[in-house]
Amino acid sequence: MNIIVCVKQVLDPEIPPAKFKIDPEAKQVIPPPGVPPVISLFDERAVEAACRLKDKQGGTITVISLGPEKASEVVKHAIAMGADEGYVLQDEAFENLDSFGIAYVLGKAIQKIGGYDLVLCGRQSADWGNSQVGSILAEILGIPVITLAGDIEAVDKKLRVKRIVRDGYEVLEAPMPSLVTVSNEIGLPRLPAGVRIMIAARKQVPVWKAQDIGAESSQLDKANAHTEVTSLSVPTRKTECEIVTGDTPGQAAENLAAKLAELL
Amino acid sequence: MDNKGVLVCGEIAEGKLAPITIELLGVGRKLADELGEELSALLMGSKTGGLGQEAIAYGADKVYVAEDSLLDNYNSDAYTQVAANLCLKVLPSIMLLGHTDVGCDLAPRLNGRLGGGLAMDCLALSVDPATKLLVSTRPVFGGNAHAGMISKSARPQMATLRLKIVPPAERNDSRQGEVIPVEGKIDPSALKVKVVDRIKEEVEGVKLEDAEVVVSGGRGIGSAQNFEMLWELARVLGGTVGATRPACDDGWAPMTLQVGQTGKVVSPKLYIAVALSGAIQHIAGCLGSKYIVAINKDNEANIFSVAHFGIVADHKEILPALTAKFKELLSA
Ligand SMILES: Cc1cc2nc3c(=O)[nH]c(=O)nc-3n(C[C@H](O)[C@H](O)[C@H](O)COP(=O)(O)OP(=O)(O)OC[C@H]3O[C@@H](n4cnc5c(N)ncnc54)[C@H](O)[C@@H]3O)c2cc1C
Ligand SMILES: Nc1ncnc2c1ncn2[C@@H]1O[C@H](COP(=O)(O)O)[C@@H](O)[C@H]1O
Repeated sequence: MNIIVCVKQVLDPEIPPAKFKIDPEAKQVIPPPGVPPVISLFDERAVEAACRLKDKQGGTITVISLGPEKASEVVKHAIAMGADEGYVLQDEAFENLDSFGIAYVLGKAIQKIGGYDLVLCGRQSADWGNSQVGSILAEILGIPVITLAGDIEAVDKKLRVKRIVRDGYEVLEAPMPSLVTVSNEIGLPRLPAGVRIMIAARKQVPVWKAQDIGAESSQLDKANAHTEVTSLSVPTRKTECEIVTGDTPGQAAENLAAKLAELL
Repeated sequence: MDNKGVLVCGEIAEGKLAPITIELLGVGRKLADELGEELSALLMGSKTGGLGQEAIAYGADKVYVAEDSLLDNYNSDAYTQVAANLCLKVLPSIMLLGHTDVGCDLAPRLNGRLGGGLAMDCLALSVDPATKLLVSTRPVFGGNAHAGMISKSARPQMATLRLKIVPPAERNDSRQGEVIPVEGKIDPSALKVKVVDRIKEEVEGVKLEDAEVVVSGGRGIGSAQNFEMLWELARVLGGTVGATRPACDDGWAPMTLQVGQTGKVVSPKLYIAVALSGAIQHIAGCLGSKYIVAINKDNEANIFSVAHFGIVADHKEILPALTAKFKELLSA
């Protein structure tokens, strides 16, 4: 079974809110110094899902990441987890694309790789979080899509996917190839073993430009963007917090209970 | 541009219009009035009964009703097909969906098929008076920032709206409108994904979204066993338990109790946040609470910046006394 996973490199989403700074003019986030970018949370889970399928069925895992050359780091992280090959899609023309643009470039790269049974994406990127690249990509590739997977199995050349919904889950069956977007319910990602980290470190991660994948400039033209960001702001939410105390922690707890009981 | 009007993609829940649909009709009506255009709605289901008329009472001028046994429950391929075909006929300028199980799946697929411009999980929707474009405000970077988005030329301009952000539309049974059956059969050959099963996972006690009191625990709780203390407090207060993602990941609480950006959004009267740091992605799910209480041993934890009351201490020293005191006060 051959799987392609789309992974994005993002600003570490768990930096403390106090360190989060934006440039409202440029409508961009200013990365805090000394905080390395990371693999987008759900994309790491997608790599995990791919590794589990490979553990069971064999096959190959190829990861692709659209981003700066530094995005080879997240590709290598995926290789350390168990992926076989990886590519970075980097070109000046790929910068600041909207969801359709990103899906178009990913689609071109996937068509170049070919021979896939399953394409995996995260349910949402941890930075701009547009929550739509996977579905648009499936539409471009002309393959079925299942969103919000909490488990993926391959049975008799079919995919069996547990799709998470609010009050439970659905079990869905899709032909191959299909695209599946992965949610955190899939479970924790594995920690790469030392040997795999060595393999990943030595692995060449080729960089593909627009011409390498036959991406047409008209499709990348910002004038044709489907969506545009017109403003970026940091919402202010500051509540006065009353710290409740007491002679002992138990006393503080009782004081708190008394205060809250009045409000309820 | 030929696209005109606002189309709300409605949802039916237990034979009624889902609450989010009534909220969307309210927003949609406002946008349509500002544009001087029509508000229409699409209802898909196996039996839609008098719901077309209901949607009119809540503000729609036209309601397109697609009835088919294949639309009984949400089926991504079938719903996408019906909604896409209708959009190609009606050519709405704006299309609104709920940020629900259905909307989260349907909106991006429709967008991919129609080539529109989509903003997901919006907190506000308005029409720019100068350009007449839809401006969608949505959280980005986990809620650390809000972005305004527009779609200059791609149509429809699409958005999913977060639940309970706007009040429901007012009902007016004397409103006039037209219910229009959607013609055409669903092409079964385009239904590639089969729904094999639907499993409801019942959780103990009160439903998280409906609870008046939510006691949430985070990584600092330390174990599944310690989570029992949260359940006890919740029971005394007639509420239920929530959890952060790491707590769910570790199996201390079922995944269905995760609160936050990628979990449930709750708005209880009282939200007691225990041993959780208050990451933006978590508090995105509880900012609508009337009172937030933080119990954390780190006085610099971000949760204190959104809490109304707090105790800085080890939760193990607080919870038993808190539960006991509440028991005493509430039985009196
Ligand atoms: C795209 C994305 C989506 C996400 N969606 C969600 C979501 O929906 N919901 C969610 O919850 N998270 C979500 N997260 C994760 C989120 O960023 C945080 O990692 C998570 O909420 C932190 O959980 P926590 O507060 O339990 O753990 P921590 O951040 O580790 O905090 C533990 C806290 O416990 C305190 N503590 C420890 N021991 C004790 C003790 N004995 N007594 C008292 N206090 C103690 C510590 O001081 C600390 O503040 C998401 C992340 C991303 C990137
Ligand atoms: N630049 C990118 N490179 C690789 N994959 C991406 C990129 N952007 C988005 N994706 C994939 O699409 C998913 C959804 O992204 P989004 O629509 O931005 O929330 C992500 O979880 C990734 O799997």
